[in-house]
Amino acid sequence: MNAHRKKAGAALLGLVALGLAGAAQAAVVDTTLANGLRVIVKEDHRAPVMVSQVWYRAGSMDEFNGTTGVAHVLEHMMFKGTKDVPAGEFSRRIAAAGGRENAFTSRDHTAYFQQMQKDKLPLSMALEADRMANLVIDDAAFAKEIQVVMEERRMRTEDNPQAVVQETLMATAYQTHPYRNPVIGWMNDLENMTAADARDWYARWYAPNNATLVVAGDVDAARVVADAQRFFGPLAARPLPVRKPQAEPQQRGVKRITVKVPAKLPYLALAWHAPVLRQWDRDVVPYALQILSGVLSGNDSARLPQVLVKERQIAVNVDSGFDAVARGPGLFMIDATPAEGHAVAELEAAIRGEIARIQREGVSPQELERVKSQIIAADVFQRDSLFYQAMQLGEYVTAGLPPEALEGRVSRLRSISAEDVQAAARAVLVDDALTVAVLDPQPLVPKPPRPAVPGVRHVQ
Amino acid sequence: MFNEFLRAVLAAVIVCFAVPAAATLPIQHWRTAHGAAVYFVESHELPMLDVAVDFAAGSAYDPAPKAGLAHLAQGLLDQGAGGLSESEIAHRLADVGAVMGGHFDRDRAGVTLRTLSSRRERDQALDVMARVLQAPAYSPAVVEREKKRVIAALVEAEAQPGAVAEKAFYQAVYGSHPYARPEQGDKDAIPGITRDDLLAFHRTHYTAPNAVVAIMGDISRADAEDLAERLAAGLPPGSGVPALPAPIANPAREVRIAHPSAQSHVLIGGVGIARNDPDFFALYVGNYVLGGGGFDSRLLKEIRDRRGYAYSAYSYFAPLAVAGPFTLGLQTKTETTEDALAVARDTLAQFVAEGPSEAELAQARANLVNGFPLRIDSNRKILDYLALIGFYRLPLDYLDTWTARVEAVDVAAVRAAFARRIDPRAMVTVVVGAEPGGRP
Repeated sequence: MNAHRKKAGAALLGLVALGLAGAAQAAVVDTTLANGLRVIVKEDHRAPVMVSQVWYRAGSMDEFNGTTGVAHVLEHMMFKGTKDVPAGEFSRRIAAAGGRENAFTSRDHTAYFQQMQKDKLPLSMALEADRMANLVIDDAAFAKEIQVVMEERRMRTEDNPQAVVQETLMATAYQTHPYRNPVIGWMNDLENMTAADARDWYARWYAPNNATLVVAGDVDAARVVADAQRFFGPLAARPLPVRKPQAEPQQRGVKRITVKVPAKLPYLALAWHAPVLRQWDRDVVPYALQILSGVLSGNDSARLPQVLVKERQIAVNVDSGFDAVARGPGLFMIDATPAEGHAVAELEAAIRGEIARIQREGVSPQELERVKSQIIAADVFQRDSLFYQAMQLGEYVTAGLPPEALEGRVSRLRSISAEDVQAAARAVLVDDALTVAVLDPQPLVPKPPRPAVPGVRHVQ
Repeated sequence: MFNEFLRAVLAAVIVCFAVPAAATLPIQHWRTAHGAAVYFVESHELPMLDVAVDFAAGSAYDPAPKAGLAHLAQGLLDQGAGGLSESEIAHRLADVGAVMGGHFDRDRAGVTLRTLSSRRERDQALDVMARVLQAPAYSPAVVEREKKRVIAALVEAEAQPGAVAEKAFYQAVYGSHPYARPEQGDKDAIPGITRDDLLAFHRTHYTAPNAVVAIMGDISRADAEDLAERLAAGLPPGSGVPALPAPIANPAREVRIAHPSAQSHVLIGGVGIARNDPDFFALYVGNYVLGGGGFDSRLLKEIRDRRGYAYSAYSYFAPLAVAGPFTLGLQTKTETTEDALAVARDTLAQFVAEGPSEAELAQARANLVNGFPLRIDSNRKILDYLALIGFYRLPLDYLDTWTARVEAVDVAAVRAAFARRIDPRAMVTVVVGAEPGGRP
C-alpha cells in the first residue's frame, strides 16, 4: 500500500538535485540462465503488485517480404492454447487471479505481460514458459484470428488518414531496411498468410535464448531468478537464424510523397535519417537530438508551437519526436496540421525555417536548462509507473543496450551542451536525408451503394 | 509440474476470498475557509506531488446556444492568467519540470499538476496553478485563435467514423438533455462565443464552493492545508451550480450514417445509471461478464473469438452525475456489419433475459477482487480516485468497502439490476460506415 511505506523521499530529493537519481534507485539484477534466457529484475516495494514481461527479440524487422505482419499475427496466436493449456485458458487463469494481461508487437520485439498481485508471479511464469515452447497453432483458429487481425488493421490504419500517411512515409524514408514495412503488415500479406507462416515464425524465434524476462515490483530478486530457473530453466536453447544487417543505404536527396485519402484536413510529416544509441556512454548525437526535440516542442511555448501555432498561426498542431533506442536505423520526425487558409507548403517552409535558425544560431542556455529540468523531473515521475519501468528495461535490453544505459541516461543527457545540439541539428537535419509526406484530403464521399433492399434498413 | 502448481494457485485464490480486504487508503478530508472540499493522501515514497482541482463545469453546463463554451473555458485556463502570458506559464512550469494537464468531460472540468515536491519546484508550479485557476485572462486574440483550433479539431473528427458514431449516439440517446451535446461543442456555435461569455462562465462555475481539490504525494498535512487554501482563496466566491436534470429514456431508434470507411462502427445503448445508483456494483460486476471483462466477456467471445468479426467488442456503463450512458460497441468490415450487429443484439438480449451463469460471475468477482491492488498501485491512480470520490461525493470508505461490495453481488442481483436498467428492445443503435457492396 502506498501511503505507509518507508520514507525515502527526503534523502532522494537531494540526490535528484545533483542529478544522481539513478544511484538512489534499487539496483537492477541482470542475469542469464544456462539456456540463454536473460532475467532482469527491478525491485520496487511501493505497492504489493508486480509486472512480468517476456520480451522476444523478434519484431516486424525480422520478417521477410510476403509475410509482413507475421510477428504480430503470432502474438495473437500466442493466446490460442498449448498442449496443456487449451485455447482461452491462459487468459481465464490470469483473469481469475486478478491479473491484467496483454501483449504488444513493434518493429524490434514482441512482448507479453501480466500485472498481478505480487504472489501471483509463479502463475505468470508457468503460463509464459509453457507457451514459449508448447504453442499449438491450429488451422481453424488461425483462419478466424487472421480475420481479427485484418479488422485491427482496418481500425488502426485504413480508417485513420494520418496513420496512412505515416505508413507511407516509413515505406518511403526507408529504401531497403525492413522498418519500411508496417508492424501490422500489408493487407495483401495478411490476406495470403497461412497457419504455416505463423508456425515457421514461432519455430524460428520463440526460444529462451531469444527472450528476456523482465520483472518489476514488490518481489525479491533472488527469488524471482530462482523461480525463473524453475519454470523456464527446463526449456532447451535452440540455434537462432543468422540476422542480416540490411543496413539502409545513404539517402541521396529529398524524397516527397503525396497521399490522397478521404479526410477533412491536410497533414504534413517530415522525417530525417538519424543515428540511434549504439555506444550509450560515448555517443553524443542521439542524446543531442532528444534535447533538440525538447527545444522544438517540449512545452506549450517551445519553439515550434510558439512560432507556428501561437504567433504566426499557420498551424493548429505541431510536434516533434526522436526515439534514440532502437535495433534499426532511426528517424527524427516532425508532424503538423496547417491552420485553415494556410498551405502545407507554407507550413513546411516555416518548420524548416525554424530548424535553419537553430542550425545557424543554436539554442539558448535557458532553453537547454529548461529541457534538462524536464528530463530530470520526468525521470522521477516515471517511477510512479511500475509498468513503464519494466517497459523501458525491456526496450533497452532488446535494442542491445545494457540496463546501465538506462540508469546513466539522465547524466548523459545533462552532459549535452548547446553546441552539441546545434552540431546535431546541422549534421542530421539536412535535406538529402529528408522525406516529406503530405496528406491531400479527398472528399468524404461514401462509395456508391448497392440498390437498397426495402425493409432492411432505416436511414435517418 | 503444471497441475501441481495450479492447485496451489487455486488454493491461494480461495484464501483470498476468505480474508476480507484490509483498510486500504487513509484519505484525509476537510473544507477550506472558502468552502472547497479537499481530499488528501500523504505519501513520501517518491519526491513528487500530484494535485487535481475539479469543478462541475463540464459540457453539460454549456448554455444550449453556446455549445463549446465550457470546453473553451477550461482549455484556455493556461493560455494567459494572473498577469502571466501563455509562454510565461509554459516556461515557468517547464523550468521546474512540472506538468500541468486538464480534465474535461460532460460533468467535470479541471486542472491537474504534477511537480517535484522540493520547495522551489513545488512553490513555482503551484503559483502557476493558482493563477490559472483563479484568474484566466481569456485575452481576445488568444480566444479567437483557440476557437479556430477547436473548430479544426471538430472538422477533423468528421473524417473519423468512431467520432461520428459517438456524436450521433449521444444525440440519439439523450435527445434534448445536456448530455446529448458533444464535449467539445458545436462548430457552428463556437464562433459566437465571446470573451465575456468565458469570463462569466468562469465566474459562475470555477467557484470555491464548487471546487474539489485532490492532493496526493510528498507533502505534510500542514503544507497540504496551506496549498488548498492558496488554490481556493482566490477563486470566485459564488455558490454551487444547479443540479442537472434527470435524463429521460428515449424510444428505440436506429441511425445509419454513410461514411467511406473500411469498417462500420456500431454503437448500441441507452440511458444507464448515475454514479450514486444503488445498482452500481451489480451492473458493474455483471457487465464484466457481458462486455467489460475482455476475453472473459460474452461479447468478445461471440464476436471476436467465435466469428472473427471484430478486433474490439465491449460494453460499459459510464456513470455520471445523473444517468450516464450504457454503451455496447464494435467495429467490423462492411460485409459483416449486419451479422455482427445481430450477434451483439442477441448476446445482449440473452444476457439480460438469463443473467450470467454462476461460473461466469465467480470469474468476474475473482478478477475484480484479486485485481483490486492494481487499482491503487500508483500516485496517479490514487489521485484519480480522490478526485472521483470528491466530485461524486462517494463515501470516504469507498475503496475500503469496494471488494466487499463486489463479492456481495450474486447472479440474482445482476439479473434484477439489468432487468431494471436495460431493455434490449428499447436500445438506440448507431451504424456509421459504407453501404454493403459499395466498396471494391
